[in-house]
Amino acid sequence: MNVAAGETQAGETQAGETQAGETQAGETQDDLASLPGLAGVPTVRGGSQLVLHPTREAYIEVVETLCGAGFDVCADLCGVDYLRHMDRALPDGVEPERFEVVVSLLSLGRRERLRLRVQVPEGDPTLPTLFFVHPGSEAMEREAYDMFGIRFDDHPDMTRILMPEDWEGHPLRKDFSVGRVPVQFKDAPGPR
Amino acid sequence: MSTGPTSDAPQIPARPANGQGATDAYVPELTEEHDAEEAINELLVHETAEGSQELGDRNTTPAEEIAIEEGAVLRIPEGLVLDPGNVDVEFGPDETMIINMGPQHPSTHGVLRIMLELEGETVLRSKPIIGYLHTGMEKTGEELTYVQGATNVTRMDYLSPLHNELVFSLAVEELLGLEIPPRATWIRMLMSELNRISSHVMWTATNGMDLASTSMMIYGFREREMVLSFFEKTTGLRMNHNYIRPGGVAADLPDGWEDDVAAIIGTIPGRIDEYDELITGQPIFRERTEGVGVISAELAKAMSATGPILRASGVPWDLRRSMPYLYYDQVDFDVIVGTVGDTFDRYAVRLNEIREACRIVSQIVEKMPAGDYRSQDKKVTPPPRQRIDESMEALIHHFKIFTRGFEAPPGEVYTAIESPRGELGCYMVSDGSNKPYRLHIRGPSFVNLQSLPALLRGGLIADAIAIISSVDPVMGEVDR
Repeated sequence: MNVAAGETQAGETQAGETQAGETQAGETQDDLASLPGLAGVPTVRGGSQLVLHPTREAYIEVVETLCGAGFDVCADLCGVDYLRHMDRALPDGVEPERFEVVVSLLSLGRRERLRLRVQVPEGDPTLPTLFFVHPGSEAMEREAYDMFGIRFDDHPDMTRILMPEDWEGHPLRKDFSVGRVPVQFKDAPGPR
Repeated sequence: MSTGPTSDAPQIPARPANGQGATDAYVPELTEEHDAEEAINELLVHETAEGSQELGDRNTTPAEEIAIEEGAVLRIPEGLVLDPGNVDVEFGPDETMIINMGPQHPSTHGVLRIMLELEGETVLRSKPIIGYLHTGMEKTGEELTYVQGATNVTRMDYLSPLHNELVFSLAVEELLGLEIPPRATWIRMLMSELNRISSHVMWTATNGMDLASTSMMIYGFREREMVLSFFEKTTGLRMNHNYIRPGGVAADLPDGWEDDVAAIIGTIPGRIDEYDELITGQPIFRERTEGVGVISAELAKAMSATGPILRASGVPWDLRRSMPYLYYDQVDFDVIVGTVGDTFDRYAVRLNEIREACRIVSQIVEKMPAGDYRSQDKKVTPPPRQRIDESMEALIHHFKIFTRGFEAPPGEVYTAIESPRGELGCYMVSDGSNKPYRLHIRGPSFVNLQSLPALLRGGLIADAIAIISSVDPVMGEVDR
């Protein structure tokens, strides 16, 4: 479900395929869709919030455009590893990748929030940093790096934040197994 | 960006030449000393590709990084404009000192470690280093069903456990598209406002202790105990209740709850007035808090700070008012804002929020409707205890809900509520199974903590104690 770009300036092929009327287009969607930086960005409504699916290349530009449109607080940023759920529902034109970075932006003026979901490929898990647009994303990007190994280019301090410095691996990846102590049912010494 | 594995290694400065007599015996050949030094460095500084988490030495850190670490120069929305006049490059390597505060320090409210670069007693740079309490709760959450999940998240912010349960339950209910009966929603509001009172009262207690007012600490704990004994009566536990669950709440309010709540909101406002008298006008307290740790509204927004920090800087942003959840649009209360954004404002905001919470609670008591305290959706809610004795099917149903739980349709949601510390968010991804595929909690303490370097800069160490206290970090939530 793509929102038709307000002007056909980008000449996106997918822009003509669906109509904006298909989604429950609210006011936000209408006036955001007319922003030049957001032309051709697949947009759906997830629950009460708009969800944008920018590409990695357009990511910073989209965030900057939204920042100018009032979404000036980066409320949350986290990674998701879709290793075991690759068949998730995504709008047309968005190729599923293993990792996703989900950014929740907040507009204090409009009292709205929206979400960005950026696909990050497994082979090259990098994304430009949001630090220079939203300095408050610093710790959250470090957490996403620590937990998923997604590197944020030009981040001022791309180090682990929650795990120890010498930790190996990224614990929230789905192929990072949870440590378990095997339960012994047989041959366990009796209580006395 | 790695800070470079070799350049970061602490350089052990050469010993000055005077006083040779004593040191001569210990100094081996020059080359050997070098080897020994390198060996020690290898042992002490365990470098990885990610680089060190710690605050680097001034003489080995590039000026750009110093500017960023100094926080305030810096973290402005227009991007990094480096003003050389704003960077303390004039300090030589020997004039400043990096010391650790914490992780075992009584004023850091748990295991928070802050590295401070000091010039005399003035803080130049600082860096919070966290993770000492990390227990992988988000990973654990992926292994627990939706029914079990609330027991996990309630342990994150241990001073406001009911808010954690609430945001988790709201996320699950949004995934399920589940409607909650009105009484359950009002009970949730009642409990979360009482929890706000207990959390803020606890904060005034610890804040008093940090600022050497030990009587305030005892008083604060006394008031918190009132609320906690009501929680114990209602939920069975003083903390980590697992009371608010997907589908409603675990049990109805106990008989005579109106009297208990009336006793709480009849006592606390009077006590708050006493503390006002004890603390607010006290000259020592005002000296230590006024104008200390000032953060502007722009900077607070840029740093994603929420809760009392943001409101103290003058931004009337309270999710209960701005983006109402539960029935907060049906109660009357004021959003408390400050003007300066200093430590005193953050104190005043919290103190008055206790009063507002009491106001909300008294309205909730009036409006509490009769009805179900949990959803009657059989998929989510186990059958009542009595039915289990008489119906085999009810027993099977009960068993299935507590062993396997229920499935949520695939999708992803982000819900946010106003916890006593700020925006508490929950991002949840479902793949259609009975467990969340991904559970992420946006802890307000975790995010608020990044404004510490900006708040601490230029203050004294004694101010640092007051500022850390005024940010009110709960390390269980920071590290999760």
